[in-house]
Amino acid sequence: MTTPAKFDPPAGGEAHAAALAIAEAEWAATPGLGATLLHSGTFMTGAAIVSFWVLCALIGTHVGLQDPYALDLLNAVLPPSATHWFGTDQLGRDVFARVIAGARDILTIAPLATLLGTAAGTALGLAAGYFEGLLDAVLGRILEALLALPLVILALGALAALGASNATVIVVIGLTFAPITARTVRAAVLAERHLDYVSAAQLRGEPAWSIMGSEILPNVLPSIIVEATVRLGYAIFTVATLSFLGFGIQPPSPDWGLAMADHYTLMAGGAWWTVAFDALAIASLVVGVNLMADGVQEALDR
Amino acid sequence: MSAPAPCAKRRHAHAILWGVRLTAKRTVWSLLTLWLLSAIVFAGGQWLPGDIGRAMLGPLADASAVAALNHQLGADQPLLEQYANWLANLLRGDLGISYAYRTPVAPVIGAALLHSLKLGALAFAIVVPLGIAGGVYAALHAGRPLDRLVSVIGLSAAVVPEFVSAILLILVFGVWLRWLPIEAQFAPDANIATQLQHLVLPALPLVFVFFGYIARMARTGTVAALDADYTRTAILKGLPRRTVILRHVLPNALAPTIAVATTQIGYMIGGLVVVETLFHYDGIGSLIYHAAQSKDFPMLEAGVLAIGMVYTVANLCADLLMLALNPRLRTGALP
Repeated sequence: MTTPAKFDPPAGGEAHAAALAIAEAEWAATPGLGATLLHSGTFMTGAAIVSFWVLCALIGTHVGLQDPYALDLLNAVLPPSATHWFGTDQLGRDVFARVIAGARDILTIAPLATLLGTAAGTALGLAAGYFEGLLDAVLGRILEALLALPLVILALGALAALGASNATVIVVIGLTFAPITARTVRAAVLAERHLDYVSAAQLRGEPAWSIMGSEILPNVLPSIIVEATVRLGYAIFTVATLSFLGFGIQPPSPDWGLAMADHYTLMAGGAWWTVAFDALAIASLVVGVNLMADGVQEALDR
Repeated sequence: MSAPAPCAKRRHAHAILWGVRLTAKRTVWSLLTLWLLSAIVFAGGQWLPGDIGRAMLGPLADASAVAALNHQLGADQPLLEQYANWLANLLRGDLGISYAYRTPVAPVIGAALLHSLKLGALAFAIVVPLGIAGGVYAALHAGRPLDRLVSVIGLSAAVVPEFVSAILLILVFGVWLRWLPIEAQFAPDANIATQLQHLVLPALPLVFVFFGYIARMARTGTVAALDADYTRTAILKGLPRRTVILRHVLPNALAPTIAVATTQIGYMIGGLVVVETLFHYDGIGSLIYHAAQSKDFPMLEAGVLAIGMVYTVANLCADLLMLALNPRLRTGALP
């Protein structure tokens, strides 16, 4: 860094200083990401919904509700009443308590899968974008071939072979997300790849991993954040779908997708409460997460 | 327009050549993608079930019986040889024998694809016009509450899993109102009206998921076209608003929308797994689901491959469609 004192002030220095002051004031007045998000109605609505379910996941089983696992076969499939606000399911379990407790597994698995997918995808995308050439071409082709398969199908195939458990669901969803994240990160890296700061770091002799990690990564972070929030929505979508199909969260978890798979045959007989509240819970959670993702994207686009 | 004829002719020929080259390039890329996909599926099929004979006969079977079955299936040959055989069979249309049905896989897959095509086509026929109408409407009212409403509805509908919307739809239209049958499978001799009646409810969850994407694309395209110089010129020329929108805005706005709609075909198949299983419809989605459930790996591999093929071909069509709609190619004004 050179000190400005070494240089003569440019002609019309006062105007220059004034322009600088204005630019600085504008920069200071630009609200940070946090403040922008706080003023975004979209983000805050989503955050409120998601916070509610996170709260349920954390303390839902400790606030004196009925036991979500307690069987009561004599009182099975009761409609909503004062004792059972959302009725009971086919094993006589309290649906209200189960809907509240059902937030826990999906809100553990989906974020962990997103984290894994984002980390793996970022690494792949950084490498593909930075090294370009053959590695990029080969990696790109393989990723594109993998992306030719719908997520649910890919996950279904892998889980059929590996067996479904919380751990395998996290790994399978994480790894299927990695190519998609990698594609986004790669595109962002390509935009940075030939900028001066990268060349400067190369000239300084920094190793490739250091340039990728400490020079390029901070600059592509906004794209990664947006991608991760969008992915979280998809992760919840996919975990719920896989659980509904029997390849995700396993019984006796009060998971919403699982509950709907167990009870949708009862629906034709009129027992709507065994599926309707779980359906609304899933719908509200995914909409909430996606509203947050939209808010983040809008804030970062400014 | 006023350019001398020979020059225009040459530019036109040049444009066609460019189009042909691009088409060839895209086709080769698609074939490469398909080949890679087949390799991935083969690798998955090798690695995932572990010992095939053991998987089929169960943990209690005699080791010699397992070895005999592995030999019969060719699972004891070197990997490369197995892959060569597998690929040769694949190219001949022989996708193996289903463990569960004990019949060749290919005809089953073919019939299921046809069924799914029917359901998918209906969903598409509903969602594309609806999405475009919604998006264009939103764009023409950009910034107003109605615009916001369309985008919020689109966003929300797109992110709710198909099984959730399907169950809510069954609850409302099948159980409470009793307007529509809740089973998708119609009798083999059912007429078109009955078939449609059975397929409307299963098609709607797919419509929900794609409405948002298509509406968003149509909106973005329309907003951009409304803002473009040629639109300003058309308005300043004094053309009526209707003509400007129909002749200048929509053709430019809808090309990318249609291309996006085509790429969504692949994603729609993911949704088919849930919808077909839920509505008991014999399509490729429920076939894959049942194959995964019963660990019928030849069926699963073939089904996954078939879906990858449909997706790749759909993507190729989307690319070529974009090419055909590219006005620079039509007029010969190349970059």
